[in-house]
Amino acid sequence: MQTSWIPFVPPSASTLSGKVDALYFYLSGVTVFFTLLIGGVLIFFVIKYRRRSPYEIPRPIAGSHKLETLWSVIPFIIAMSMFAWGAQLYFQNSRPPQNAIEIYVVGKQWMWKIQHTTGQREINELHVPVGRRVKLIMTTEDVIHDFFIPAFRIKADVVPGRYTTQWFEATKPGTYHLFCAEYCGMNHSGMIGQVVVMEPTDFDNWLSGNTNQQSPAVVGQQLYQTLGCVSCHGASGEGGRGPALGGVFGKQVFLNNGQTIKADEAYIRESIVNPQAKLVNGFGPIMPTFQGQISEEQLVQILAFIKSLQAQGSQAEAPAASAASTVPPPARAASPETSNR
Amino acid sequence: MAESYTVGHEHAPENAHAALQHHFENMEQQREASTLGMWVFLVTEIMFFGGMFLAYTLYRSLYPEAFASASNHLDLKLGAINTVVLILSSFTMAMAVYSTQVGKRRNQIISLALTLLLGVAFLGIKAVEYHQKYEDQLIPGRIIPSRPFDASEVHLLPGAQPHNVEMFYWIYFAMTGMHAVHMIIGIGIIAVILFFTIRGKYGPEYHNPVEVSGLYWHFVDIVWIFLFPLLYLLGRHLEH
Amino acid sequence: MKAMESFVAPTPARINYLNATYGLKSWLLTKDHKRIALLYLGSISFFFFIGGLYAMFIRLELLTPQGDLLQSTTYNKVFTQHGIIMVFFFLIPSIPATLGNFLVPMMIGAKDLAFPRINLLSWYIYMLGGIVTIYALLAGGIDTGWTFYTPFSTTFSNSYVIAAGLGIFINGFSSILTGLNFIVTIHTMRAPGMTWFRMPLFIWSHYATSLVMILGTPVIAITILLLAFERLAHIGIFDPAAGGDPVLFQHLFWFYSHPAVYIMVLPGMGVVSELIANFSRKNIFGYSFVAFSSLAIAVFGFLVWGHHLFVAGQSVYAGMIFSFLSFAVAIPSAIKVFNWTATLYKASISYDTPMLYALGFIGLFTIGGMTGLFLASLAVDVHLSDTYFIVAHFHYIMVGGTLLAYLGGLHYWWPKITGRMYPEGWARFSALIIFVGFNLTFLPQFVLGYLGMPRRYHVYPAEFQVLHVLSTAGASILGFGLLIPLVYLVWSMRYGKIAAANPWNLPGLEWQTSSPPLTENFELTPIVTWEAYEFAPPEETEVVGKFRDKRVEEV
Repeated sequence: MQTSWIPFVPPSASTLSGKVDALYFYLSGVTVFFTLLIGGVLIFFVIKYRRRSPYEIPRPIAGSHKLETLWSVIPFIIAMSMFAWGAQLYFQNSRPPQNAIEIYVVGKQWMWKIQHTTGQREINELHVPVGRRVKLIMTTEDVIHDFFIPAFRIKADVVPGRYTTQWFEATKPGTYHLFCAEYCGMNHSGMIGQVVVMEPTDFDNWLSGNTNQQSPAVVGQQLYQTLGCVSCHGASGEGGRGPALGGVFGKQVFLNNGQTIKADEAYIRESIVNPQAKLVNGFGPIMPTFQGQISEEQLVQILAFIKSLQAQGSQAEAPAASAASTVPPPARAASPETSNR
Repeated sequence: MAESYTVGHEHAPENAHAALQHHFENMEQQREASTLGMWVFLVTEIMFFGGMFLAYTLYRSLYPEAFASASNHLDLKLGAINTVVLILSSFTMAMAVYSTQVGKRRNQIISLALTLLLGVAFLGIKAVEYHQKYEDQLIPGRIIPSRPFDASEVHLLPGAQPHNVEMFYWIYFAMTGMHAVHMIIGIGIIAVILFFTIRGKYGPEYHNPVEVSGLYWHFVDIVWIFLFPLLYLLGRHLEH
Repeated sequence: MKAMESFVAPTPARINYLNATYGLKSWLLTKDHKRIALLYLGSISFFFFIGGLYAMFIRLELLTPQGDLLQSTTYNKVFTQHGIIMVFFFLIPSIPATLGNFLVPMMIGAKDLAFPRINLLSWYIYMLGGIVTIYALLAGGIDTGWTFYTPFSTTFSNSYVIAAGLGIFINGFSSILTGLNFIVTIHTMRAPGMTWFRMPLFIWSHYATSLVMILGTPVIAITILLLAFERLAHIGIFDPAAGGDPVLFQHLFWFYSHPAVYIMVLPGMGVVSELIANFSRKNIFGYSFVAFSSLAIAVFGFLVWGHHLFVAGQSVYAGMIFSFLSFAVAIPSAIKVFNWTATLYKASISYDTPMLYALGFIGLFTIGGMTGLFLASLAVDVHLSDTYFIVAHFHYIMVGGTLLAYLGGLHYWWPKITGRMYPEGWARFSALIIFVGFNLTFLPQFVLGYLGMPRRYHVYPAEFQVLHVLSTAGASILGFGLLIPLVYLVWSMRYGKIAAANPWNLPGLEWQTSSPPLTENFELTPIVTWEAYEFAPPEETEVVGKFRDKRVEEV
């Protein structure tokens, strides 16, 4: 939906933004209609039926079930149309697509620390290519923050102790606002930055222009060594006194209480900071907790390392829950027009 | 309309009971109002405890092992005795209301005094339990700076984390503490009622304050009936 | 005409509740619901003034994109304290504790509320809560936002969180006691003949409000208690590092604070029902629908708290259920708006100030309610939550709704309360100024929010400045408009025209006694033989549409 000609509309630069705007305009239209309707009728009645003499007593009017039904049912239908549209859009967008570029975001009073899987780090800036799906994996070191990019119409709270994700596909090169939208203390309004959307070639240049930084997986591997994970889980995650890590990410894991759980970001994080919580079947509670000894950024790096083990350890088996039916196939380097379905 | 308006009754009829407050038409209305008032108040009390029950339910389901370990360390015997004490006190309270209604003054005084005694006994036993927790360093956090929380006295089941055990005790003290506050208020009320009963204020003609206090007392009792199994009993089978 | 003549009121009594006894003690120890209402009126006006002062600082600061008037710590405290004072110490007690306290017994023909001592106690509790909160403000203030989100409030904030929380905790009990008193009074103290369906809609809405007060307030009390313990002892209920969940706090908080919105707006709807019916001399169209919609709002209001957590990491399915329920709760409000409008059909509408406020309420409440649908709609809420859109939305409900209804009600019953009329010309003038100023303040904020301006920002990108300047200009007009009634109402208490017992010629019970009323309200307990808003004999009833209201058929 082309909206740049309409006044008071923020820049629209993702595949989602046009869809949200369309719903927003529908809602605005209904609001304006009913406000004018009620306001108009009100003014009409107030003028037409103004009191003409102090002694005038109008005839009482009995209520009407027909009218009551009419003005309960019609608003209900309109409301349900809004609900269905909004919920459908939200539901569609709630599942991050496969094959997205993953970018790690760590919030901290009062800055955003961003790491690309290729090693580039940024603070309060996020560089992304046009036409590629980008998935943000976000957490925070302290209080709740909220990663908000108005031009993409996305926003999600970043909650301590959890990973939240959101994704987008930018459609227009440019520089857009990045805001923290959850009040986080003194310098909340300073926790802002910019999202730089680049053409894919420019983005690749930008990536290769910052090569002196190691990728999070490599840093994660070093941490894996220095923190001593290696002694139980094996040098390349083959396992030992602790469970094997190679290829575990995204798989179902059997726990010693008989349940199974998907080894996602949240589970791996929990197994590091609170190892006793969900033990893998066949292993004892011997791992010490790393709570307080490891920062959120380091956790993200170890996570990246464990994810990278998947590629080397397993035979290209598709990760557990496949959402291929609802998620359209990845459109690599697609032009804004084709990806803006 | 104006005609009908002029038809009204006089305020405070001549034969009104001495306890009738000026803004009520008659004793019946006054009785209804105070009874309903207490019921409404108890509804707010349920919501008040409800917040804590919610926190309990959430964390019990998140950390079943830790909660079972901590729960197993509570003194089941004292908890059970206290349950019996409270149920007995509810019985004596009911007897007090009945005796008031039928005008048996002696029974009324004895029942109220017994209720009072049982209430104090409950608090005494609770104090013993709290002291045990103090001895075992199970008072959460650093509320008592010289004896910070230390879960080493608790037999931890596999998978139980000490800080989740601490959370159990936190909820335990919050819930039983809030219950104890209600008990103390209840004992105060019963004491006042007993005082006026001895002065002969309540009888078959006017027994509403006794009834309403009884409602409150039964409510506090019922809260304990929920607290006892939730805190002391659930998860005990995991011990072995 | 015949009907009008029958609205003869008793001659004004020289002895009334204001001059029955004298001295400070007679006020501070009064058990008269009318005097307690005035105690509340004075105290909430004081808190409104403080809250308004904070609002002024917020708007002045936002005049420029830089943080030049206030430092960020100060700004954070200012908006937090604006919220806490306005929500807990003005909006929640506003209509129930003043107009409700004064009028609930009078409108049902009772001599007082069921528990006069508890009523007085509630005012003392309110004042104690207020004093504790003011202590927190003076000692150094609080900077968590009125929402107290954890873990910021439990671990990171360096301000007087516990003191302010204690103030709100204490204040909550005053609201519980008021609600309890209303419920019992409405159930047991109605005058003979005052059946449930003869009650004025003001009473119905207060009944619904009281239900929310007694069911919701204890939950915020325990939530704040948990917050304070967490801050003191760091046990970890809300702390993820210790296995707790910070979002649990949000659930508990909004379980009360969303219904609290209805505590604020339902009494306003009750006032507006009175104004619309009485100033158009008509029975309310669809009385029972308006009455039951209040109850429906109170009940459904408890099921929608999750719409505050759409972007807080709540599950997708929970989000969809809460979104559905939030749309459903909009329907009873829509029913009210349509019925109020229909009441004006073939009516005899006067342009007295209270009616102007009521009409303003309907317009602004419509906008406030409709913009609520934007926020109930999941995909749009993701973009709009925590922006100025939401700030504008709830101000349309709280100021455009509750405050206008409160002012309308205050003018309407002013002759009954004080025995004197307010100056009509000034009152109409200020109502107009307030309406214009309000819209100029908050309409631009909808646009700001959609453009992406986050709330609680002290410094903001320069592109938003034009709209902020408009908003600040509106706020100064609004502030000026609100000062006018303050001046002339105080003036009128001494110099206003003496009011008749029934200056508006209305059938409601509160007008059938002297102005100001006696201490026990009525010389004789009234016996009610007429319906609410019965201006003309029921035989004259005109029927619109095919089906008649059952109530009318019985007559």
